[in-house]
Amino acid sequence: MSDPVKKKLRVATTSLAGCFGCHMSFLDIDERLFALLEAVEFDRSPLTDIKTVGAAGMCDIGIVEGGLCNAENVHVLREFRKHCRVLVAIGACAVNGGLPAQRNHLELGAMLEEIYHAGHGVARGTIPNDPELPLPLDKVHPLHEVVQIDVFIPGCPPSADAIWAVLTDLLAGRAPALGHGLLHYD
Amino acid sequence: MTTGTFQPAEGGQAFTLDGRAVPFAAGQTIIQAALAAGAYIPHLCHHPEFKPHGSCKLCTVKVNGRQTAACTMQAQAGMDVESDTPELNDERRALVQMLFVEGNHFCPSCEKSGDCRLQATAYDLGMMSPHYDHFYPSRPLDASHPDVLLDFNRCILCSLCVRASREVDGKSVFGLSGRGIGAHLIVNSRSGRLADSDFSAADKAASVCPVGVILPKRRGFAVPIGERTYDAAPISERDVRGVS
Repeated sequence: MSDPVKKKLRVATTSLAGCFGCHMSFLDIDERLFALLEAVEFDRSPLTDIKTVGAAGMCDIGIVEGGLCNAENVHVLREFRKHCRVLVAIGACAVNGGLPAQRNHLELGAMLEEIYHAGHGVARGTIPNDPELPLPLDKVHPLHEVVQIDVFIPGCPPSADAIWAVLTDLLAGRAPALGHGLLHYD
Repeated sequence: MTTGTFQPAEGGQAFTLDGRAVPFAAGQTIIQAALAAGAYIPHLCHHPEFKPHGSCKLCTVKVNGRQTAACTMQAQAGMDVESDTPELNDERRALVQMLFVEGNHFCPSCEKSGDCRLQATAYDLGMMSPHYDHFYPSRPLDASHPDVLLDFNRCILCSLCVRASREVDGKSVFGLSGRGIGAHLIVNSRSGRLADSDFSAADKAASVCPVGVILPKRRGFAVPIGERTYDAAPISERDVRGVS
């Protein structure tokens, strides 16, 4: 009798107010991707170009890069929380807002005014107001301030080895842990 | 006393730290004796060259079952001290998380990353996230001085610069003002700017900051990330080798 086929875990990934650097670092696991693909299949992700999370069933792991800088980010994060059993915040922006959060001490209206209207080199500029554009949030927030996050992978970006360590822990059903050399905030 | 041993000197006095004997000389605090004996107790405002401040509470230990700061409590013979326990380390991690959310600690863009004692302590305590909601305070920089930049976003109010400037430099350039969440670092000059104080880059206060507030200009990332102080070894190992 042949061994029963092991069901693959369903993994979704997305980048919110991030730079896709964490996704690039994820791809840096290189040939370990083959081993990963033995164990997982991808749901919504930039790798599959699937646009909605969980449409084909509940995901086992959701990996979210970037913080929350606009209303759409919040919507996508809530969709991920709803459709993923384990939600992972990956990278400095997801963990503490990161680079985008360095606008948080500035007033939003004044920023938009300076960037699109009155700033140096801007001629006849207007502040974009197309209804398709998501509204910016007053402040940039990390993910855990809006939904429950189960696992954090800090780093800008986290190294491929750190990402691999967390993924292999999760796939084996262990609580992920990063020791010296893998745990970095920079 | 011999560094790296837990055996009391001949005829000397000792207390127990996590079940091991730690020798001490009269007048030594718990943390002084522990570090000299090769036992790490997490700390941020303690510095071997300065009088204790007792404010960061990272070095909180249990002495005979009661919590106290290891940097202010003098060692006494026969004390039973607990430090490296899940309960105390959980509380230390929470303290560090509060320090992270009260300021603006963006490690990827900080020149001190890799050399920062707050960051290294958080690594050592296994801090995976800031846990609490961020304050994102507005704290303008002071770039007025020709040689040194002040980035108040990262201040943890350890007062080491205050003590160094007062006790070693004899200048009292820095001070802590306000109380509670309003507490902040100030510069002792009529304008409040560093350039208008008698601060110098050669001062002890210029090199004592454990985080990235007091930064020498034009140095930046001369030592690359990955080759910095706490890249080689975690703070819990470095501190007991007599390197602070």
